[in-house]
Amino acid sequence: MEMKLIVLVVIVLVAIAVAQLMRVYELTSKIRNRREEDIDLRVNNINAMMMILFLAAFFGSGVYMLYEYGNGMLPEAASLHGQDVDWLFNINWIIVLTVFFGTNAVLFIFAYKYAYDPKRKPYYFPHDNRLEMIWTVIPAGALAVIIILGLMTWNKITGKPSDDAVIVELYAEQFNFTARYSGDDNKLGHADYKLVTTWVENPNPLGIITKNNIEWRLKELDSTITAMHNDIAAEEASQKIFSVAASEKLRSKVEKLERIRERVVLMQSNYSDSTDVLAADDFTAKELFLIKDQEYQFIMRSRDVIHSAYFPHFRAQMNCVPGQRTKLKFTPIYTTAEMREKTDNPEFNYILLCNKICGESHSNMNMRVIVGTQDEYEKWIEEGNTTNVVASVN
Amino acid sequence: MSAAAHTDHGHHHKESFITKYIFSQDHKMIGKQFLVTAIFMACVAVILSILFRIQLGWPGESSGVLSFFLGDTWAPNGILHRGMYLGLVTIHGTIMVFFVLTGGLSGTFSNLLIPLQCGARDMASGLLNMISYWLFFISSVLMLYSLFIETGPASAGWTIYPPLSVYEETIQGSGAGMTLWLLSMTIFVASSLLGSLNYIVTVLNLRTKGMKMTRLPLTIWAFFVTAVLGVLSFPVLVSCVVLLLMDRTLGTSFYVNDAIVGSEILEQSGGSPILFEHLFWFLGHPEVYIVLLPALGLTSEIVANNSRKPIFGYRAMIGSILAIGFLSFIVWGHHMFITGMNPFLGGVFVFTTLLIAIPSAVKAFNYLTTLWKGNIRFTPAMLFSIGLVSSFVTGGITGIILADSALDIQVHDTYFVVAHFHVVMGLSAIFGMFAGVYHWFPKMYGRMMNSKLGMVHFWLTFISAYGVFFPMHFVGIGGAPRRYYDYSVYEGFDSNQYGMMVDLNVIISVFAVIAAISQLIFLFNFFYSIRRGQVATQNPWKGNSLEWTTPVEHVHGNWPGAIPEVHRWPYDYSKPGMEEDFVLQTVPVKDGEEEH
Repeated sequence: MEMKLIVLVVIVLVAIAVAQLMRVYELTSKIRNRREEDIDLRVNNINAMMMILFLAAFFGSGVYMLYEYGNGMLPEAASLHGQDVDWLFNINWIIVLTVFFGTNAVLFIFAYKYAYDPKRKPYYFPHDNRLEMIWTVIPAGALAVIIILGLMTWNKITGKPSDDAVIVELYAEQFNFTARYSGDDNKLGHADYKLVTTWVENPNPLGIITKNNIEWRLKELDSTITAMHNDIAAEEASQKIFSVAASEKLRSKVEKLERIRERVVLMQSNYSDSTDVLAADDFTAKELFLIKDQEYQFIMRSRDVIHSAYFPHFRAQMNCVPGQRTKLKFTPIYTTAEMREKTDNPEFNYILLCNKICGESHSNMNMRVIVGTQDEYEKWIEEGNTTNVVASVN
Repeated sequence: MSAAAHTDHGHHHKESFITKYIFSQDHKMIGKQFLVTAIFMACVAVILSILFRIQLGWPGESSGVLSFFLGDTWAPNGILHRGMYLGLVTIHGTIMVFFVLTGGLSGTFSNLLIPLQCGARDMASGLLNMISYWLFFISSVLMLYSLFIETGPASAGWTIYPPLSVYEETIQGSGAGMTLWLLSMTIFVASSLLGSLNYIVTVLNLRTKGMKMTRLPLTIWAFFVTAVLGVLSFPVLVSCVVLLLMDRTLGTSFYVNDAIVGSEILEQSGGSPILFEHLFWFLGHPEVYIVLLPALGLTSEIVANNSRKPIFGYRAMIGSILAIGFLSFIVWGHHMFITGMNPFLGGVFVFTTLLIAIPSAVKAFNYLTTLWKGNIRFTPAMLFSIGLVSSFVTGGITGIILADSALDIQVHDTYFVVAHFHVVMGLSAIFGMFAGVYHWFPKMYGRMMNSKLGMVHFWLTFISAYGVFFPMHFVGIGGAPRRYYDYSVYEGFDSNQYGMMVDLNVIISVFAVIAAISQLIFLFNFFYSIRRGQVATQNPWKGNSLEWTTPVEHVHGNWPGAIPEVHRWPYDYSKPGMEEDFVLQTVPVKDGEEEH
């Protein structure tokens, strides 16, 4: 309370002080017959001086930050294409920083040098086709280089993966990722969002299609639908009382579930035993283990909203879009241990972050990524870090 | 029409308080209404940004400021609620982009300057113009109202990507807050379209005698192209928004496909969230230039006037405005390089996007050449214009990095993007707006703003603005995603980076607070000068264009007598053979004088 009173008093005093100052200012302007638009040489020169001081401070702090943070920001790219990206980044930085320093320097130096001088007559210079041609052609040339180099790298990054690329699925949901490895056959089992369930009897968080999963899903839907019909019947017999809204919602929901059930029934005829084989060797994990120098092809899916799988250390990113499959490939080239040495940080870990706003806990959505050798990978599996998607295989 | 008829026109109307100040159809009053509304909206948006900067600078620390503004619901114990953090970010972006830099900038200066600089009595349709303002007002009220509802404002980011923006179950703000957001934006677009159509018609049809298109001030060219961009792109936003409303309320599936929300499985199938992105960015990218071009137009005028030199390369400037306007329609895909869009298409967008750098470079170099061998008066308007050129260059070049799809993968949706668009579009546009206000204040209110306060305002704003956004580039390249509540995630993975993010975020937040406080100087100067500023003379800056031939006191119809006839372009500053260092456009060309 006292604090607020003091703040209030201070504000009032400041207001009074400002009012008095402005009156003094108005009076002196009037006495000296000074107009706001008049050029006060002294003030004009102060501003000109400020231009140079600003330039020095701006460049000074820029260079300081480049030195202090420029190299320490992200460690060296840990993927094959990432090395190309970093190289391209550096080329672009050279061009961009040259323009940045050059143009800003010219701007502020001109502002300083050509500050108002009553003795000088400005140079009437409305246009010069040659000059304008020069600064159309030079940027065009520089941009041509940037575009060509950029597209070459882009095509490399987005090109087809090699045949021995290991296929891994990344499944995103609010607010975590799940990795699904395609197993020995290097083929992912089919999946459908209608089969996704956390039902304790037969959980299927990724909606993997197997005959068994479809049957269990039908059982679950049947039991839910039956329960709802019972509720409706109970309401009609006046044994249960719902609000009008709840009652309507219940009826529309049961209709919806029946329609979804029909679609699931249709699935039964579309898939045969051969689809089960694809899924049989798939396994999931809550952290991503990658083998050094092995190319990976990631297939992204999302359960609810758009997420983005962002691997800053591998210079890789791709959105996970509900109802679509997006793809991303890269080859890790340094193991976690090697990277710990490079960064001089024994606690360093690779990371996969969500980089598309996806809800309140967006900033908590991530997954640990480990890069190791083949042996370490096998050990990681033995340690029980993975779960088979088809329970019967165990 | 005879001169006498015009004289009558000026004194005919006996206006009541309501028709003069509230439901005015006079373009000068409507311009001022837009300006004051935009200033109010800007204050709100700045406060919102300070609130989330407090969280980012000092994450998880209890803050009295947060409890004061947000209360126990949204800042329990002075710690920002996660959902509200996203709400603040969303509404800050929306207000700044649409209400301040589109409505505020175009609305104020197109309305004020198009009739005055073209030599027209008023806009083509005063009534539409008035409706345009009042729709803007209603949409502003709706947007502000959404901050006060129980479930919080829209919080899916200002880009409101579905399905996050469709279902309340995915984020609280996608309930009533999002509905208000969509309604507000629909009304805003209607306002913008009425305004733009008016601007286009006025520029094309109501120029005074002798005012050829090639004698128009660059401000008018910029407003004209901006209005064309608005008319062509805003309707796409409406369709995009209406489809989203239908997805939300009627259960259609334009943007939803095979999703599970909460624990409920959705029937919607066959739509695509990516379709939304295409529609949104088809407006979204021209929008950047809708924001930027008016600022560049104002700057062209101010730089020439205060260097006492003609703008360099008048025709090249017009050409680059047109080129930027055209190209802005075929680059939207650069916002979507990593959405899974066909990589070949991505390549095409890389090419078109980088082409924009050419006309932009021409503009920047032409400004520099205008300064060269000039005689620069550092008025507050000129200072802000120089600031604009600097931020336009500094922000523009990081665009080259972002437009390069191979590099965009790495910095997409990080703070590097945030830094880029704040510098190139936010700072440039707001500097242009400040410059415009300082320069045309005498035309708006018949008084002068205090120039010393203006200078202090400029230097504090300029330095702290760079203080905010320059370090942000480094945070972004360091891999900090935007719209993160805090960066604690890095703590356990890469402590080096975490350290850098913590350090820089404190610096950014401190500068943000300084920048916000500096704006109090402007607010004081603005409102003080309206009432007590020095009474202006007719042509205080010794300008050439037509608005400086109107009387200081506003008259309905702008000129008490006949509309002046125009004989030359507006940039005859320091022309050899002339007595004064400026020549009004109304001065006939002398025998043997070359017309630039």
